[in-house]
Amino acid sequence: MTLADLLRFSLKGLTGHGLRTALSLLGVVIGVAAVLILTALGEGARRYVIDQFASLGTNLLIVVPGKTETTGTVGAGGVPNDLTLQDAEALVRGIPEIERVAPLTMGTEQVAFGERRRQVAILGTTYDYMLARQIEVARGSFLPDEEMHRGSPVAVVGPKLAREVFSGEDPVGQIIRVGGWRMRVVGVLAWQGVKMGVDFDDLAMVPVSTAMQIFNRTSLFRILIQSSSHADIDILRDKSRRLLTERHGEEDITVISQDALLTTFSGILGALTLALGAIAAISLTVAGIGIMNVMLVSVSERTREVGLLKALGVGRRQILSVFLTEAALLSTFGGLIGLVMGWLAVGALVRIYPAFPAAAPNWAVAAALAVSIAVGVTFGLLPARRASRLDPVVALAGR
Amino acid sequence: MIKLSDISRTFQVGDEPVHALVDINEEIRQGEHVAIMGPSGSGKSTLLNILGCLDKPSTGSYYLDDREVAELDEAALTMVRRHQIGFVFQFFHLVHRLSAAENVELPMIFAGQPRAERRGRVAKALDAVGLSHRADHLPDQLSGGERQRVALARATVMEPEILLTDEPTGNLDSASGRVVLDLLDRMNDEGLTLIVVTHDPKVAHRADRILVLVDGRIERRVAGDQISEILAMLADEDET
Repeated sequence: MTLADLLRFSLKGLTGHGLRTALSLLGVVIGVAAVLILTALGEGARRYVIDQFASLGTNLLIVVPGKTETTGTVGAGGVPNDLTLQDAEALVRGIPEIERVAPLTMGTEQVAFGERRRQVAILGTTYDYMLARQIEVARGSFLPDEEMHRGSPVAVVGPKLAREVFSGEDPVGQIIRVGGWRMRVVGVLAWQGVKMGVDFDDLAMVPVSTAMQIFNRTSLFRILIQSSSHADIDILRDKSRRLLTERHGEEDITVISQDALLTTFSGILGALTLALGAIAAISLTVAGIGIMNVMLVSVSERTREVGLLKALGVGRRQILSVFLTEAALLSTFGGLIGLVMGWLAVGALVRIYPAFPAAAPNWAVAAALAVSIAVGVTFGLLPARRASRLDPVVALAGR
Repeated sequence: MIKLSDISRTFQVGDEPVHALVDINEEIRQGEHVAIMGPSGSGKSTLLNILGCLDKPSTGSYYLDDREVAELDEAALTMVRRHQIGFVFQFFHLVHRLSAAENVELPMIFAGQPRAERRGRVAKALDAVGLSHRADHLPDQLSGGERQRVALARATVMEPEILLTDEPTGNLDSASGRVVLDLLDRMNDEGLTLIVVTHDPKVAHRADRILVLVDGRIERRVAGDQISEILAMLADEDET
């Protein structure tokens, strides 16, 4: 018996019971589509996070106050020293591989223009921050490129803040009040949305020294370091840490490399995707049991046919392969239709939420199809064996 | 050439052994036409199943062309059924999702014959039973007589030596039954060994010989044209 004949005969066996075949197909379709959609969501989340990091700029180190690792040394702890503007200036002076340093301080304050007021985040930083974070200005200019400790009374506002407070007037050149301080608006940011939890559309940026005066603070929230593109980020991290540790007399700061952070997140979300795929694969197993059920019904319904085949001189192995092929065809077709359905669903999702880059990873597509076929053959084996072992006399009598 | 020597077949039904066949000794020559008669439960079908290698005797030997069937393994028995024996059943046993032509083609598909060759032989077999014009019809679209003729074409398409039929006209009206019987006679004339299990004297009297089974034993052997000798006996048996 040739393969083509086997496939044709098995196919007729399936199409003979359209509804039943369709229903068990549906089980496989849903299983495979679920694997595709869930892994696409997981992969989408991973890519989303990577995009978020990438949008923050490249070759970045972030210095935060405090030591996140415990050393276990008794008495070495205590209250960490503040990160100061002098620290930031020392980094610029001390390490030639550093391209730029952006000190950062943050708080919330009321911004008022005439009678209009709005409570927003105030970000104190420098001109270099715009370059490191790749921030675009829609109108006017960014903060002036000046010494860190010089706090000019100027501000750059987010587009949403500009719209709410200025209500149509051109903000550039206007005087606003931030807390009790008068500032001149020099620029409006381009729309860019929420990045890493900060809404860049609804804030005001002022020079770092100005912000420290407003908040009456001497410490920084963070220091951003951008390396020159060819510098080794790990060496730069060690150098920065050593320099600040020397200045503070103890290691009370943490230097985070954005790449390391990214790798960690990517790893976590990759594992999440895998877990989602595995959960979806359970539905494939259920679909396999559906196939087994359908094949068992088919075998018992076609008992007479099996008896006839035996009387016609069809061997056990041939009968086994007929029913096994039917199960395999069911799961293969189901798998293929599931792939198409999954692709369509993911495509629709991407169309509805373009910002979320959902896409099923290739390994998930291959695994879903392979598992569905394997499941069909595995669960088809028991019914096929039962058919091949029927006693022809009993089978012909239809008992 | 069929030779049965001391064939017995015992089934275990619960704790009770049931003796379906007891000490059957018989020879059937190539090309012979033999009818097997007997009341219900006399072992006719069991004998036919053993002859067709679907069942095996509990004791005794069945020689088919000087080969002891009991010594053949499953694969060899499959080959015997495929090439030497054809079956025609009372309830036709057509595969309902396949057309007449596809039903006839079935044994050749599993025998691995090339497609081009199959087509020609299907056409020939259907022509032999006068159903060329019904080749693409599904069994549900055929009359009873036509269905049995399709079954007959399927049973003979592999050109077996022996055709075993179990009540071939049991489900047919007399006119279509006669068509089927005429076809069987013609194939028998062409050299096919024909063994017919039947209740119907009109079927049995066409045979060269009639074997009368009672309680698993061959009670009488008569020539086909002397069927009147056993009619009274069969009538008696059926009443008891």
